Amino acid sequence: MMLIDGRFPAGGHTNSAGVEAAVRIGDIRDDATLERYLRGRLATTGRVDAAFCAHVAALANPTDAVLGVIDSEYSARMLSPQLRDASRRFGRQLLRAGSTVWSGPIVDAVARSQSDAHQPVVLGAFVAAAGGTPDNAAALSFHHLAAAVTSAAIRLLGLDPMTVAAVQARVGCEVDQWMVDAELWATSPVAELPACGGSLTEILAEDHGRWDARLFVA
Amino acid sequence: MPPHDIPHDNFLQDSAPPDRVGATARRAVRVGIGGPVGSGKTTLVGSLCALLRDELSIVVVTNDIFTSEDADALRNAAALPTERIVAVQTGCCPHTAIRDDIAANLDAVEQLETLHGDVDLTLVESGGDNLTAIFSRGLVDVQVFVLDTAGGDDVPRKGGPGVAMADLLVINKVDLAQYVGSDVNQMLSDARDRRDGRPVIPTSLVDQSGAREVAEWVVAQIAARRQ
Repeated sequence: MMLIDGRFPAGGHTNSAGVEAAVRIGDIRDDATLERYLRGRLATTGRVDAAFCAHVAALANPTDAVLGVIDSEYSARMLSPQLRDASRRFGRQLLRAGSTVWSGPIVDAVARSQSDAHQPVVLGAFVAAAGGTPDNAAALSFHHLAAAVTSAAIRLLGLDPMTVAAVQARVGCEVDQWMVDAELWATSPVAELPACGGSLTEILAEDHGRWDARLFVA
Repeated sequence: MPPHDIPHDNFLQDSAPPDRVGATARRAVRVGIGGPVGSGKTTLVGSLCALLRDELSIVVVTNDIFTSEDADALRNAAALPTERIVAVQTGCCPHTAIRDDIAANLDAVEQLETLHGDVDLTLVESGGDNLTAIFSRGLVDVQVFVLDTAGGDDVPRKGGPGVAMADLLVINKVDLAQYVGSDVNQMLSDARDRRDGRPVIPTSLVDQSGAREVAEWVVAQIAARRQ
């Protein structure tokens, strides 16, 4: 439950999951466009993140080589250097905060990684260390993305937090299938995990990272 | 109870938890600079860097940058190399980034200290915020809270965690007091009543020498932690 809590000090409040850039171009303006954006992310990068998170959560004591392949496969699904950098940064911050609470061989293995591990990999490792299952990991992954998207929209557009909470609940029902998929993601080869990125996500992230002033990391 | 009514004894450094594991091994003393919007935090950081850069290895993490012009202004004023100043995005929540979820700032601080290796002083400047904002002890060793004389001379009387608990309270822009009808002596007196003996320094940062007394305080903090 601590991993799901927005107050867990891993820097999640500085991630808008692309919302800051989408607001700037008018793609998100109100509850309806926010809901469309969130559904879009869940169908693309959100699904990829959940799959990797669930896959890692099923590992007990991965070798450095296994984690290396996971790192390469995840990076291959994230073309934007800005996004990769942000993902590794959030991973590093989560690892630092989570290591004060959970430990275990998989956390040690992730901490040993040559390059800072991506956020979904670190999240999956902590789910495993906390005794969670792949479907727990998929659910957590959804909540991380949905919380980042909705809280950023509330702050940037002044949307009504109550109607936005309703958006989050409505959209959440649509990812129930992830709980089933998680078992498949846990056992499938890494190369066969979903690879459904969103080109607009990548393009906006590259633009956002070069802004003169921004309020969120990504 | 409101924060300013909490007995000061609760916050005495003597009762502070011990440093986190590994914190004692590092050399840099981390100093937080907080305070309301426009009170002079960036100017103070710039002046401290200018006054101390010849004797100390300094890095700066700032949350107060809204445009790259601000960053350039700080770099020029501080006369620090660009690679010694890093801006951190706070997701519209400056107080969260220094108190409740310090991950982004801590990451930037550790990256800078690792990159430069020899750091004596790490300044963490918060984004401008309200009177209840205060730095977490997990992020900084000591903290300075900066008030603006022209922001109203009743602010020290109102109190709040920043005014009451900061290790040093700076009452800035005292040169403006006569133009805005503020009573600096009353501000100093009200502040001291709230601070249980912790220091208060009035400043005017029109030129960098105005920060000399604050710089001496910072140097004393570093010396005290090296004994």
